[in-house]
Amino acid sequence: MRGATRARWAVCALSAVLAAAAAGCGGGGGGGTGVVRSSWGDPQNPLEPANTNEVQGGKVLAMIFRGLKRYDPRSGAAENMLAEKIETSDQQNFTITLKDGWTFSNGEKVTSKSFTDAWNYAALVDNKQKNASFFEYVDGYDKVHPASGAATAKTLSGLVVKDDRTFTVKLKTKFSTWPDTLGYTAYAPLPRAFFDDHAAWLKKPVGNGPYAIDSYAKGSAMKLTKWDGYPGDDKAKNSGVELRVYTDNNTAYTDLQAGNLDLVDDIPSAQLKNVKNDLGDRYINQPAGIIQTLAFPMYDANWSKSGMEKVRRGLSMAINRDQITDQIYQKTRTPATDWTSPALGEKGGYKAGLCGDACTFDAASAKKLIQEGGGLPGGRITLTSNVDTGSHRVWMDAVCNSINNALGNDNACIVNPVGTFADFRNQISEQRLSNPFRSGWQMDYPLIQNFLQPLYYTDASSNYGKFSDPQFDKLVDEANAESSQGAANAKFQDAERILAREMPAIPLWYQNGSAGYSDRVSDVTLNPFSVPVYEQIKVG
Amino acid sequence: MGRYVIRRLLQMVPVFIGSTFLIFFMVYALGDPVAALFGDKAPDPATAARIRRELYLDEPLWKQYGHYMGQILSGDFGTAFNGQKVTELMADAFPVTLRLTLVAILFEIVIGITLGVLSGLRRGRSVDTSVLLLTLIVVSIPTFVSGYVLQYLFGVKWGIVSPSVSPEAPFDELLLPGIVLALTSLAYVTRLSRTSIAENSRADYVRTAVAKGLPRRRVVTRHLLRNSLIPVVTFIGTDVGALMGGAIVTERIFNIHGVGFQLYQGILRQNSPTVVGFVTILVIVFLLANLFVDLLYAVLDPRIRYA
Repeated sequence: MRGATRARWAVCALSAVLAAAAAGCGGGGGGGTGVVRSSWGDPQNPLEPANTNEVQGGKVLAMIFRGLKRYDPRSGAAENMLAEKIETSDQQNFTITLKDGWTFSNGEKVTSKSFTDAWNYAALVDNKQKNASFFEYVDGYDKVHPASGAATAKTLSGLVVKDDRTFTVKLKTKFSTWPDTLGYTAYAPLPRAFFDDHAAWLKKPVGNGPYAIDSYAKGSAMKLTKWDGYPGDDKAKNSGVELRVYTDNNTAYTDLQAGNLDLVDDIPSAQLKNVKNDLGDRYINQPAGIIQTLAFPMYDANWSKSGMEKVRRGLSMAINRDQITDQIYQKTRTPATDWTSPALGEKGGYKAGLCGDACTFDAASAKKLIQEGGGLPGGRITLTSNVDTGSHRVWMDAVCNSINNALGNDNACIVNPVGTFADFRNQISEQRLSNPFRSGWQMDYPLIQNFLQPLYYTDASSNYGKFSDPQFDKLVDEANAESSQGAANAKFQDAERILAREMPAIPLWYQNGSAGYSDRVSDVTLNPFSVPVYEQIKVG
Repeated sequence: MGRYVIRRLLQMVPVFIGSTFLIFFMVYALGDPVAALFGDKAPDPATAARIRRELYLDEPLWKQYGHYMGQILSGDFGTAFNGQKVTELMADAFPVTLRLTLVAILFEIVIGITLGVLSGLRRGRSVDTSVLLLTLIVVSIPTFVSGYVLQYLFGVKWGIVSPSVSPEAPFDELLLPGIVLALTSLAYVTRLSRTSIAENSRADYVRTAVAKGLPRRRVVTRHLLRNSLIPVVTFIGTDVGALMGGAIVTERIFNIHGVGFQLYQGILRQNSPTVVGFVTILVIVFLLANLFVDLLYAVLDPRIRYA
């Protein structure tokens, strides 16, 4: 190895003399000058905008795509990117005007059709796009994506192209903050190449973002270079990014320590104790738009009958969140005091302490409340979660301990670990669980609506516990019809207060995004989705 | 000899079918993988149904298995969830793991047998005792401990090697992972060859060879070693299969994108084409390695003949 390194240096020195260019002769791992070397995980799905719903694929799409809106990396506020303006008079019909001068990195112009084609592709059931449901608000979704059977239309009737730079969108219902959802990658425009030669596009996706993909070795690495012709303001401040797939975040961390890697955006839990010593101020730990809750199976009469809200609230009060986030997570989780996320900010609808006493640890009141409510169903509860990631087993044990201590009963709470996420997910969707289970939520866009409606609205897509409350639904509907975001947020927060009273899910903690970086790079930040803002990173 | 090989190859057919079915059944028993593809969100029923149909997951188990076997026989190992052909994954992963296994086996043979011969010939002396003690320590340390420790020492503390292996995984980068992977087996090889040598060194034919006046070197290499290697060869042969499939831990620690990495990924995502495909190839490797070992016996020991 030593010999090999020396040999490479010799070759580099030689080429430097000959061509006066030493590009490609960077540090140990071989990243070129000005290139950020970052850890990566193998994306689960093909890299299509409407088919990517996890962070690893999202990282790449955030570099190679820009949509109508973009979420400010710091505040999370939705700002116009490709959109010049998005206008509506009735919160239901929107007219979108595009800025001039945008192209894809292959030279093709970004037009209204780039958007409508992409959205029609995403929504059509035949294309099996996992983010198809994002288009359910658009008029005509039922025709292209029926719950069963074949599609009766190929395109969304709510999308109409006016000219190259204008198109209109008709929604099914009023949804005032809909334009703010458009920063999500599922709404990205697509070039013709995507439709003309799909297989080739998947091998090397082409977009309109500040980076272009140089090479993509599936499952091991991707090299992206700065796109010099990028028309946006957020041009890349480094010459490129090299993403390397790691199966074990411990190895990535070791590589960071050895100087073979510049950025690790997932600090292994075993290293959380040492990370401050190892990296000093090159360690980032900030709120991300992720919340973990314990959802109750409200479809089970034992949990939904009246009086049980006291038991549910009591269980919430029996959990010592501060201790668990300190001891187990070393403050990379923050005790939750509402059902949204601090990543939203006040403007996005986050309100600290909204849950009130019900989310504050108080063992005596907890015991009293649970007894008043008639005690635990069957005398004990079981917590269920997948345990293959995220130290879930550890916190479940801790929560159970906390509950057992509060109730003075060593058998009040037991843990039911499930081996894989898929198995866990199946048990939930088949409603096989009759006790509280973990329910995590990672926001798609920084709006309070995204934390409430999909999770607690009657029969909403991710309402696993089947919570239903007419008052809550009414408030959400009203909030969506409000014309100003402030008024909408107030309504949503009113709806949230119903959750505090009924406690269909116990807010546990907000998950932080953590990252560490080498002294070779600077200006490293995470956006509210806990994805590094690559284009801002400076090298050297 | 030829007939023997053909018979052994034919015996592999039922083993092959049986093992693929067992693995297929086990992955199937883990449940429906489609739900996990949607992350925290509830799967959209229409999309999930389309994906299930495409993957034949809406058929009963026996039909799925039949379909899968039909595909395999026509050379199609299916597609992973990220849209990559499993054959593509294999073409990427197997050469890497094969290189890693080769490095490991080489260490086992060179270091293991050398140590074994040395201590076997000096039975009861201090060399023998210290080698025995050393192997005892090595055997009792799990791979993930020795892996992380050596990685930290060589990769971070002393900075001699890169802690992780690049995607191309050339031989020189695989030296350290190879040692880590080989360590436990190496200890076994040492002990096996030591015992075997110690036993045979008192055998009649060795005494005869010495009495004939042959030089010591020739006695050891031609007579003693050749006869003593049979159990060692058996062990190393079966170890080839074990190392290829059992490198999951080592491959994770050193970030080697080999068979272990793909298997781990496949199991986590419950992707049956990946898991069954890779394990099937591993089964074949195992069977062939065993056959090879049996044939080697005849070369090493003239008393063994296959009709």
